[in-house]
Amino acid sequence: MLREFTCICCPNGCTMEAVVEDGVLTKIAGNLCKRGRTYVEQELIAPTRTISTSVRVDDGELPLVSVRLTAPIPRERIFDAMAEIRKQRLTAPVVTGQVIIKDVLGMQSDVIATKTVRKAEP
Amino acid sequence: MEMIRKRVVIIGGGPGGLAAACELHRKGIRDILVLEREHQLGGILRQCIHDGFGLTRFGQTLSGPEYADRFIDEVKKLGIECITDTTVIDITPDRVITSASASGLLQISADAIVLTMGCRERTRGALSIPGNRPAGVYTAGVAQAYINLKNIMVGRKAVILGSGDIGMIMARRLTLEGVKVVAVFEIMPYPSGLPRNVEQCLNDYGIPLYLSHTVTSINGKSRLESVTVSEVDASLKPIPGTEKEYECDTLILSVGLIPENELSLKAGIELDPRTRGPVVDEDYQTTTPGIFAAGNVLHVHDLVDFVSLEAENLARAVVAYLDGSLPSCGITIETDSSIGYTVPQHISGEKDITLSLRVRRPMKPCTLELWQDSKLLATKTLRKAIPAEMEQITLPVGQLVNTNSVKVVARNA
Repeated sequence: MLREFTCICCPNGCTMEAVVEDGVLTKIAGNLCKRGRTYVEQELIAPTRTISTSVRVDDGELPLVSVRLTAPIPRERIFDAMAEIRKQRLTAPVVTGQVIIKDVLGMQSDVIATKTVRKAEP
Repeated sequence: MEMIRKRVVIIGGGPGGLAAACELHRKGIRDILVLEREHQLGGILRQCIHDGFGLTRFGQTLSGPEYADRFIDEVKKLGIECITDTTVIDITPDRVITSASASGLLQISADAIVLTMGCRERTRGALSIPGNRPAGVYTAGVAQAYINLKNIMVGRKAVILGSGDIGMIMARRLTLEGVKVVAVFEIMPYPSGLPRNVEQCLNDYGIPLYLSHTVTSINGKSRLESVTVSEVDASLKPIPGTEKEYECDTLILSVGLIPENELSLKAGIELDPRTRGPVVDEDYQTTTPGIFAAGNVLHVHDLVDFVSLEAENLARAVVAYLDGSLPSCGITIETDSSIGYTVPQHISGEKDITLSLRVRRPMKPCTLELWQDSKLLATKTLRKAIPAEMEQITLPVGQLVNTNSVKVVARNA
């Protein structure tokens, strides 16, 4: 079966034509680098994605700190991860790289801050 | 009014301005001042919390704030002077800058000025969408600022007009936050943003994208209640009888960006109607001597990595300008109807130059060609080219035969 994929690994966004037999990739064309093949293989087994969102911060110069996952998680668990992240509430200061949730829902991905939010000036 | 002197003043502390500042410092310029109108440095990246930035410049994928922090940390480490909460209100052709802040007006006389003011969004007014004027109509960047910086949700049920990257990224962002995104409508017969954003922002979340469709009426009294959407024909005119109403309380516009050049006009700088940014030579110098421009103020980029790289090239040219060693650029770069624009628009013919450009419409396998008179100077083969992606081609100086203009053409293979 011939299937078309758009790679999301980099801004090139290669359009790839993949031949898939019984769920296994047998031939691929259109990818500029080997990440395209890895991406399609993963898509066929279980698609994974990362997400970015924000977490509430009290007493900060901003009401939110932006966060992201350190590793992709199964695509169908995105909204579970969002619900878990939404439960968090931090107090300033928060620094870039700070781990907000270690190993979120046991998915081997941490939620980390991507911005520094200092304490609000009184 | 207080008047100070500076070697280089950079207007705008986003990814372009900060990259230029760091590179100027590395090249030995110390008397630098960065002026930023917001309270914090980093520009629009501060609200772009999604990842995907930095693959070209840093070899890894970062979120917008992390990408900005790389440069903010460097500027701090190098001790480069940055004044925030300060808006430049005037630049004269002889390089006197007037800025306004809570502490009053300041005038700065600069040997060189770097314009890195970025761009702003096209609004409903620019599209002339008929209908009422209810609340609930936002540009994508404004909605992004509300959600990602101010913790204010913009609505519950949204329609997105325009498939620009920010619009698609906001479609995903709104969906993650529990907003129902009804659909994305695009007037062109192809998406205006990057293919990977169609995939990971729309397809992943089951958000339909309707091409050749546009909003033809905005309906509602105090708050938006619905939009009317029509199909458009090949000349982008709405087709009567195709109207369909979509209930929503929010309309997000992602319909293009415009380089922000009001200050450039005051400085007597010529703008290119195609880019809506300054006309520049190979050294990013505008038509006003000593004033340079790079990043989104020059031409709208799809990737911040290229903004930083462009600003770093600009910085090296500014150093040469201050040394009095910039060549004159008498060779004009022309385009045919296949090319939307090129930057730079003028070159010296003394060194190899990489031209940045966009094709005007999507092309399958094609070649970019550079011609001077009847001589083919360079070609580059592309698997595909789309207006959403900036392309680059290098002009090897040794190929030039004279000082006549060089023409850029894209041809189907």
